[in-house]
Amino acid sequence: MVAVAEARPRGRGRELIEGRAFLASVLIGPAVVFILALVGGPLVLSIYLSLTNATGGALGGHWVGLHNFTDAWSDPNFRRSLRNTLLFTIVSQAIVLVCAGLIAHALTRPVRGRWILRLLILLPWAAPVPLSTIGWLWIYDSLFSVVNWTLVHDLFPGHHAFYLYKVVNWLPLPFGDIQPFNPPQWLGNSTLALAAVISVHAWRLIPFAVVIFLAGLASIPAEVEDAAKIDGARGFRKFLHVTLPLQLPIATVALLFGIVFTATDLTVVYILTGGGPFNSTQMLTTWAYTTGIRSGSLGEGAAISLYLLPLLVVVAVLMLRFARRVEVS
Amino acid sequence: MITLREKLTSYAVLGPFAIVLAFPFYWMLWTSFKSDIDLYNVNDVPFGFGKGSPTTRNYGFLFHHTEYLTWVRNTVLVGVVVVVITLALALPAGYALARLAGRWGQSLGVGIFLTYLVPPTLLFLPMSWVIAHIGLQDRLLSLILVFPSFTVPFATWLLMGFFKTIPAELEDAALVDGASRLQTLLRVVFPISVPGILTAVIFSFSLVLNDFVYALAFITTSHSKTISTGVFTELIRGDVFFWQGLMAATLIPTIPLALLYNVFLNRFIAGFTGGAFR
Repeated sequence: MVAVAEARPRGRGRELIEGRAFLASVLIGPAVVFILALVGGPLVLSIYLSLTNATGGALGGHWVGLHNFTDAWSDPNFRRSLRNTLLFTIVSQAIVLVCAGLIAHALTRPVRGRWILRLLILLPWAAPVPLSTIGWLWIYDSLFSVVNWTLVHDLFPGHHAFYLYKVVNWLPLPFGDIQPFNPPQWLGNSTLALAAVISVHAWRLIPFAVVIFLAGLASIPAEVEDAAKIDGARGFRKFLHVTLPLQLPIATVALLFGIVFTATDLTVVYILTGGGPFNSTQMLTTWAYTTGIRSGSLGEGAAISLYLLPLLVVVAVLMLRFARRVEVS
Repeated sequence: MITLREKLTSYAVLGPFAIVLAFPFYWMLWTSFKSDIDLYNVNDVPFGFGKGSPTTRNYGFLFHHTEYLTWVRNTVLVGVVVVVITLALALPAGYALARLAGRWGQSLGVGIFLTYLVPPTLLFLPMSWVIAHIGLQDRLLSLILVFPSFTVPFATWLLMGFFKTIPAELEDAALVDGASRLQTLLRVVFPISVPGILTAVIFSFSLVLNDFVYALAFITTSHSKTISTGVFTELIRGDVFFWQGLMAATLIPTIPLALLYNVFLNRFIAGFTGGAFR
């Protein structure tokens, strides 16, 4: 685009370029002003509120300096929220990257029925999260959980009794054995609730990562594929030496998105557990909501949510760096 | 050509993943058609239908005895107005960033995109402070005001990506033929960008459906709620769950959206990655 603009004859250039600059600012201006007012404004206001003792009822507030930040930090619930935010993000993103990598790779092959497989795989991404998480609430229900039904019932009634929970009990899992008459309380037990939240986070972000990966795979030039084939590279070796290096930048972009979407999400935890049982699944976002809206301590709530800011800044910087690298390669 | 082994590996990977990822939707669909006797009978195999099922009574109850349709109407209203505002701002901006702004346009485009990464969970407290100050609590107008804060950056980025994929020579030809820039825009550029614009509309609308934080913080009266908070806060009350109706309520917006996503997926990828990650 830039090249086209520079290649223009200089004669009528000046007038045109001035016209362009004017037109461009008229067209871009409203959006920029709007974004500055609705994103920049609240961001600044958030920092201001976090330095005051503003409450939901009174709205006004007095300057308290960094008190809200230190106060939040000394609260064990805050520490746990911070730890959970990191835990949920890291574990779910590890699952997402591995699964999405496998799926995207398999989806590039033109097999029969691929469109229906793609449709099914993308469903969790298309469904609005506040609604689909309610589906999980039912799946993890305390009495009628379908997961528990499958675990503790005889799956092949008749001569060959087969119980899935017996298989699961062989596995070295971080929670105790499953008792058939006292099945796991997925949302009522602290450890299991962490696993439940992570599973839903991973479930909803796998399809998004698949979409980004597919875009990355599609951008690998056909010549590279051909060259790899001539050189006899195939299967895992081809993946390791050809696909992976070319995929790495866009995989990083998918990962960075996933980190932001998970770490800053409130919906999944709020609907599944509400932060419980006993605050064991609180995240920074749900803790900020509880403090800022439920308890009405607007200032302290703002301070808690601002603890997310360093993470976002790091992600933004990395995103810029990798976006550039993808562009260059 | 791909070998049989590659084909089988693909199925072996995709099959199980498709089952696991889509299972919740199968489960929601079946649950929504079950009778109470069938649903709460733990001895029967739950994956099929039992006594009194399938039934559409749950849908009837949802439509006639809850405020579900009001929330659907509210959601559509908010969604349509937000999409109109979004297009009014993002369409010209996306075009100008792709075509007119030159080198600093690229940086500005990335800058706008980065604001999309500033999450609602960081902004909802100051926003609710502002909403309370101007007295818009419990009004749909509060959502209409705030939602463009994430749809505009997103749609601008998406549309910028689309306009970059349209060859500039097309417009140059029209300009040389004596058309003004506005005429070129209206007669040449927009007609061929209709699929791209539709993609921006669908994905902006789905961002509205995905919001939970703002709706939760701003709106507390039942008849002003949207689907995203209404279903969860009004249909789940204490211990009395009404699972079949809940599942029906979650599926109704999901199914059309899922079909639209699939139709527009390739265009979404083109726009989303066309901006910079290419």
